[in-house]
Amino acid sequence: MLKKLVSFILVAVMVLSFTACGSKKESTDAGNTAAPTEATAEATGAATTETATTREPIAKENIKVAVIHIGDPADGAGYTFAHDQGIVAMQTALGLSDDQIIRKNNVNDADAAAIRTAMEECIEEGANIIFGTSWGYMDTMKELAEEYSEVVFSHCSGYESNGTNFNNYFGRIYQARYLAGIAAGMKTQSDKIGYVAAMGIDNSEVTGGINAFAMGIESVNPDAKVYVKVTNTWGDPTLEKQAAEALIDEGCDVIGQHCDSTAPQMAAEAAGVWGCGYNSDMTKDAPNAHLTAPIWNWGAYYSATVQSVIDGTFNGANYFGGLAEGLVDISPVSANCAEGTQEAIDAAKAKILDEGFKVFEGNIVDNEGNQICNEGEAIADTDITGKMNWYYKTVVVE
Amino acid sequence: MIINFLFASIKAGTPLLFGTTGEIVTEKSGNLNLGVEGMMFMGAFMSFYTAYHTGNLWMALFAAFAIGIFAALIYAFLTVTLMANQNVCGLTLTIFGTGFAKFFGEAMINDAGGSPKLSDTLMAAFSEKKIPLLGDIPVLGKLFFSHNPLVYLAIIIAIICTIYMIKTRAGLNMRAVGENPAAADAAGINVTLVKYFHILLGGGICALGGAYLSLINGGGIWNNSSVVNGQGWISVALVIFASWNPAKAIFGSLIFGAFSVLQFYVPKNIIVIPNAFYVMLPFLITTLVLIVTSMRKSKEGSQPAGCGNNYFREER
Repeated sequence: MLKKLVSFILVAVMVLSFTACGSKKESTDAGNTAAPTEATAEATGAATTETATTREPIAKENIKVAVIHIGDPADGAGYTFAHDQGIVAMQTALGLSDDQIIRKNNVNDADAAAIRTAMEECIEEGANIIFGTSWGYMDTMKELAEEYSEVVFSHCSGYESNGTNFNNYFGRIYQARYLAGIAAGMKTQSDKIGYVAAMGIDNSEVTGGINAFAMGIESVNPDAKVYVKVTNTWGDPTLEKQAAEALIDEGCDVIGQHCDSTAPQMAAEAAGVWGCGYNSDMTKDAPNAHLTAPIWNWGAYYSATVQSVIDGTFNGANYFGGLAEGLVDISPVSANCAEGTQEAIDAAKAKILDEGFKVFEGNIVDNEGNQICNEGEAIADTDITGKMNWYYKTVVVE
Repeated sequence: MIINFLFASIKAGTPLLFGTTGEIVTEKSGNLNLGVEGMMFMGAFMSFYTAYHTGNLWMALFAAFAIGIFAALIYAFLTVTLMANQNVCGLTLTIFGTGFAKFFGEAMINDAGGSPKLSDTLMAAFSEKKIPLLGDIPVLGKLFFSHNPLVYLAIIIAIICTIYMIKTRAGLNMRAVGENPAAADAAGINVTLVKYFHILLGGGICALGGAYLSLINGGGIWNNSSVVNGQGWISVALVIFASWNPAKAIFGSLIFGAFSVLQFYVPKNIIVIPNAFYVMLPFLITTLVLIVTSMRKSKEGSQPAGCGNNYFREER
């Protein structure tokens, strides 16, 4: 009995010390995550379209494109679906046949052995270019890029590149989030807007999305606040739904999200409130609730990149496209939106496209009162991709 | 705030209650079926598929129950008739059930040409409804009388199972088989029949938990990647927490449901704990309960003695 007690106490001590480490880490992480992202800035812009011939051209009939998905495109909505739609668009645009596309679905991005197996299978089948769509594939792809110099590796949402056959691609989704924020800010009546976030403050991509969304809201509705709940997972519909319901319980009447499933929108639909989805148009899933969603048109990147491999012009530079390149956009403004939403969004879009409005520019203060950016300045791309570890002043994290 | 939290806890706890009740019935008859997760997955798919095509809630529940029985039949045949290892068969059933649901789930999505969505009338049939009069009582009305029908079904099944186990002759036989199949056999109880019956019944009830997850938690849309997502495993832990008593499982599932939504209701600006801690909590509590029950050393509320061992008459 004493033994059991002692072992339980030891376990409890261990657990508590883990949690202590966990909370400490959050603050140090903020500094660490910033360092490795510097590569992104150099490559900013549509660098992939440069014309220097660095590789052997490949005949279109001989090209084979492989894509490694973390989920299953058959889900019909969300992250993996959006990527796969991009692959389909590329296939149509370039006129490739079905057997020129290899798909590997449900490849766990935390399992390096599984990633390697999946990719080596693709190479065995003759793939010339491999797209990896999830963050966790990056290190394995970098290793493989050195081993297989004849194959092009293109990885989504990371930061590394090697200048020859390995690059990263991502987009300025925050521009679309800003536009979606306008729809949310005009719709809310309680001035409380909820946001189901997959990751916490140390994830620059998620935090940047929240900040842009909050800034879009503030541009049309200065009184509204954004309430954030973090699920700490990219894909758990049950948890995401519970988070959304908790936000609705607190009085939020528009639910934004940065997670892969449609669950938060379904919760909004069931509770009779509104919401902004993500990744793909979720109006078909929540017809009475959905306003508009920031969406990706990955096809824009996939088509250009596969074409560059065919032409032999792929040079391993990183890609960071936005509204201007057609990589990101918002889904059609639904009938649920407040009157005048379309006009307000069109105006903001024109500001971004024609006047060079950068979203993260001018006077920006975080929710702890720190001055992040001054009038007349803009936040650099490296900071947007890697150092966004603060919340905008109208954001409340509970 | 507290009311909303408790309300969300009940909703989160209901699928666990189905799973736990089903597993208690199975274990009480002497079989440790670790396939709860798989049976829930199969139930989730079958109920959704049936609901999608027939548009009838009760047909959907019946289909889930039937597929649960089918899944449990595989397990019962392997362990009771062929005397295969119970742990291994249970784990295999989990893997099989998960694959079954995902395979046919994908086929269903391809058929529908996109994510299949249930009709609005069906969604209304299992939406949360206030019971007239009772539902208008402040506080209590929201907590007890404004749920979706499956919440009541779960509680009724748990209560019926408790009464059955404790008050009826058949329930006594089943407990005897679970504790000491040889003695039960000597007393003239048909051990094989009793085991089969309760494994199948338990499987059916577990699968209803899956139906809850896909029909209600899923919000009427089939999501292939993670419908059940570990709820079956939590149910297995909850069996221990409830000390093999379905009535206690009602409160146990409420508590575990509360843990799963706790992280969204704790004011994060006042109490700062990493989220991982909340995820860990249910299992921590289970460990605690295991220690406390093992220290008490009482026969009551511990695992049935024959649970996990196959009964082979010739080896008596």
